[in-house]
Amino acid sequence: MSIELLGWLVLLFPLAGTIVIALGWRALPGRASGWIGTAAIAGAFVCSILTLLELESHGHEERQIVAVAWDYAASLGVDAQMSILIDPLSVFMILVVSGVSMLIHLYSVSYMGSDEGYRRFFAYLNFFVFSMLLLVLAGNFLLLIVGWAFVGAASYLLISFWYRRTTATSAGIKAFVINVVGDVGLVLGTYFILDGTGSVDYLKVFGAVEESFSVNDGDLVAGCLLLLVGAFAKSAQVPLHTWLPDAMEGPTPVSALIHAATMVTAGVYLIARMHPLFEHAPTAADVGAIIGCLTLILAATIAIVVTDVKRVIAYSTMSQIGYMVMGVSSFAYTAGLFHLMTHAFFKALLFMAAGSLIGAMAGVQDLDRMSGFRKAMPFTFGAFVIGGLALAGVPPFSGFFSKDEILAYTAAREDWHIVLTVVGYIAALLTATYTFRLIFRAFYGDPSPEARELEHGHLYHAEEHTNPATGEVEDTDVGFPGPEHHIAEREGSMKIAMGALAVLAIVGGFLQIPKVTEVLHHFFEPTFANSEYFEELEPSGTLTAVGLILGAALSLLGIAIAYALWVRERGRPAAIRQRAGFVHRVLVNKWYFDEILEFMVVRPSAWFGRFARNTFERVVVNGLLVVGTSGAVRAGSAAVRAAQSGYLRYYVTLLLGGVVALALYFLLST
Amino acid sequence: MSLTWYVVVSAFVFAIGAGGVLVRRNPLVILLCIELMLNAANLALVAFARAHGNQDGQVFALIVMVVAACEVAIGLGLIVALFRQRLPIDVDELRELQG
Amino acid sequence: MAEVVFFIAAIGVIAGAVGTVTLRNPFYSVLALVFHLLSLAALFLLLRAEFVAAAQVVVYAGAVMVLYVFVVAYVGGDRSALAAPVGPRLKVLSGLFALALLVELCIAMIGTTLTVLDGQGTGFFAGFGSPREIGRLFLTDFLLAFELASILLLIAAVGAVLLARRRSGLEMAGDLSVADVMRGTHGTPGPAELETQAEAAGPAPR
Repeated sequence: MSIELLGWLVLLFPLAGTIVIALGWRALPGRASGWIGTAAIAGAFVCSILTLLELESHGHEERQIVAVAWDYAASLGVDAQMSILIDPLSVFMILVVSGVSMLIHLYSVSYMGSDEGYRRFFAYLNFFVFSMLLLVLAGNFLLLIVGWAFVGAASYLLISFWYRRTTATSAGIKAFVINVVGDVGLVLGTYFILDGTGSVDYLKVFGAVEESFSVNDGDLVAGCLLLLVGAFAKSAQVPLHTWLPDAMEGPTPVSALIHAATMVTAGVYLIARMHPLFEHAPTAADVGAIIGCLTLILAATIAIVVTDVKRVIAYSTMSQIGYMVMGVSSFAYTAGLFHLMTHAFFKALLFMAAGSLIGAMAGVQDLDRMSGFRKAMPFTFGAFVIGGLALAGVPPFSGFFSKDEILAYTAAREDWHIVLTVVGYIAALLTATYTFRLIFRAFYGDPSPEARELEHGHLYHAEEHTNPATGEVEDTDVGFPGPEHHIAEREGSMKIAMGALAVLAIVGGFLQIPKVTEVLHHFFEPTFANSEYFEELEPSGTLTAVGLILGAALSLLGIAIAYALWVRERGRPAAIRQRAGFVHRVLVNKWYFDEILEFMVVRPSAWFGRFARNTFERVVVNGLLVVGTSGAVRAGSAAVRAAQSGYLRYYVTLLLGGVVALALYFLLST
Repeated sequence: MSLTWYVVVSAFVFAIGAGGVLVRRNPLVILLCIELMLNAANLALVAFARAHGNQDGQVFALIVMVVAACEVAIGLGLIVALFRQRLPIDVDELRELQG
Repeated sequence: MAEVVFFIAAIGVIAGAVGTVTLRNPFYSVLALVFHLLSLAALFLLLRAEFVAAAQVVVYAGAVMVLYVFVVAYVGGDRSALAAPVGPRLKVLSGLFALALLVELCIAMIGTTLTVLDGQGTGFFAGFGSPREIGRLFLTDFLLAFELASILLLIAAVGAVLLARRRSGLEMAGDLSVADVMRGTHGTPGPAELETQAEAAGPAPR
């Protein structure tokens, strides 16, 4: 099979899955839609592997293949085509996306089993995977924008999946609105690029960027900054990050797939793909690095105080994406993308395990109410530990190699990027701490009532189903979570999925051990061949070694601190909270970003909307145009109606007047 | 006497008749004024017949007389019907056809 | 000689017209019109239209005016002033229009390029205007007009009969008018109407 066909098949499998489930949902009994969805993604994964093999069989120089389906607007001077670009970077991304998605689909088959919206879920999920694959496979800016928008739409649909919950729908709207801001940035950035280089096709643009722009050209920097706006919105970086914690209102598999492994990594992919542009406009790249750094430390500080299980993991995602953004913006492409892959593995694993834990708590996500689940849920506990160790960066787990590689590269840049490295290490300490805070609090200590019930073999079931955030009562009909909850210990498919990810989290790091096995680096060479930094920027052996040791030490230190605070001296955290009350308040309020955005953006917009309604709509449109025109017509017709007075002599006068006028006309015209 | 005089007289009568239609309120008198106008037209027609030397104008005038007679018959019939219905014989009062 | 007759007749014509328009009593207006018609007949004679003049006197002044006299006697009519409820504005306006019409017509005629009006007219033969010639024209050149005129007369006669017909018994719904309802007589014939004699006795009280 030709590589182009394989590329298109990767896209077509999830699309077919969506259509089949969406149109034929009535005919699909029981869990059939779940299996169809999973099979579709499995098909995409198989095609991705075949694409990889095909790509490897090509010569080293011919590894960037463009497959064109058709031309959209050849005559307008814009080369808008339906084309996909198959090269190492996109193959890497489709492998990660389809692989992790397949496992999450498998997990969801059981997890969402008792939900009334089961089939809708899988249709949406398949649509999302299709959009994400379209985004990463796109060969030109137009398809990128299409995929970008679809992914945003799928995210909205999935976040507000339980649509009768007002918290879920407002979260969905918030995510969508912020994503749209990013979309605008992306489109405007594309315009700048198109204007400068005259093309939207990737390879043509990258070839033309040297001639079309000077280094740090104003237009190019503007375009790249706008692209960054898009990346930041999608990847939940400061200041467009406020949607990600609220997006945890969606079902756990959604959080695992979209908000850990795939959608939020779209920004990282974007920066890596546009590397010729960013290397030519280092100012924009620096902005990206700074924002990434800022995000990672900010999110890490918030994660320490948050008490909702999924939100802890969400902030951790934000922080890790910050690492990736920082990495690719500092031109450490392999490191950043490597971290993307390992993060996908262990973050999805963590979310899956969290889903299992929440299932045991009958939908409650509050960490304050969980404790002592170690005996009751050993498999989940094991999954959490493996994921947590990988996240914290403990050798030899995958997260260790990837995170420390990024920090080594930023140190190798040798100018002010050192600051980024330092901040990165501080955040690494915090990462280990908050991760294990989560694990120790949930699994150690005296078992909570739910854990005790589970130890006796009985899954806790709440009599009244309530919204965990607001406490309002919900029924388990469509639009709300289903009545049953599923945990990993009891569901085979969940175990398989989590097991596979756990294995990957453990061994995934061996693909790119710095200085030892540089598999990924060699793999990416064709894509980054035109980059100045790809080959030249490399941390020295000493730097790498120091970095690795420092990283390992900090993560173990973090785990130790967590152990001390949450296992040994259980009263300490409360005491610390009292002493540092102000700091605690700031962190719990998420550095007041929501309030700032509300004040700076939401209020003016609401004011403008009210103004538009009261003044413009009411006065101009309604008053002037609508009432005005109808009033004018009415007045005119009243004036004409006055001529029909009913008086005979009045009519005759008019008649005579007309005759006189006519005669006058004829007299004058002769 | 040039024939212009006759036509001028006809114009005078026509204008007087038109003015009469406008200022009188009694429909009978209005009909009379309409008769005036018709007669003025007749005069003009006969004058032109004399001018051209053929009798077409006179034939036309006779037909006009026929039409006038018919119109008078109907008009007076209307007025009689109005009177029978006890309606006021005043064109200013009879204005139901107003919009 | 002809001029003198012309002027006398013309003055008679115009005086009759003015009288028709201005006299208050409708009966007097009718009489003024009769005088006008007779003067007009004299003018016709001056123009060598003998048959038309005769028809004017016999048909117009004779039959049509007699009809008018009967109806005026029957209906009566108020000695209404010339003022209109719509206001003096209308009177001024109508006077103006009539004057304008007159002026235009005069301009048209006096300034016309029709030189034929300047003289006495072209020559005429012996039987010009006689009944024989008119009759010949009616039955040859203008036969269609002649026939149509007779049909028109028939229609008018039928129409007049229909209009003035008295309906016995209850009136049809279509005959009911708003004025009737407003006045309180809902269409049922009042006692005075049912009596034929009362009808002939004079105008019913309004």
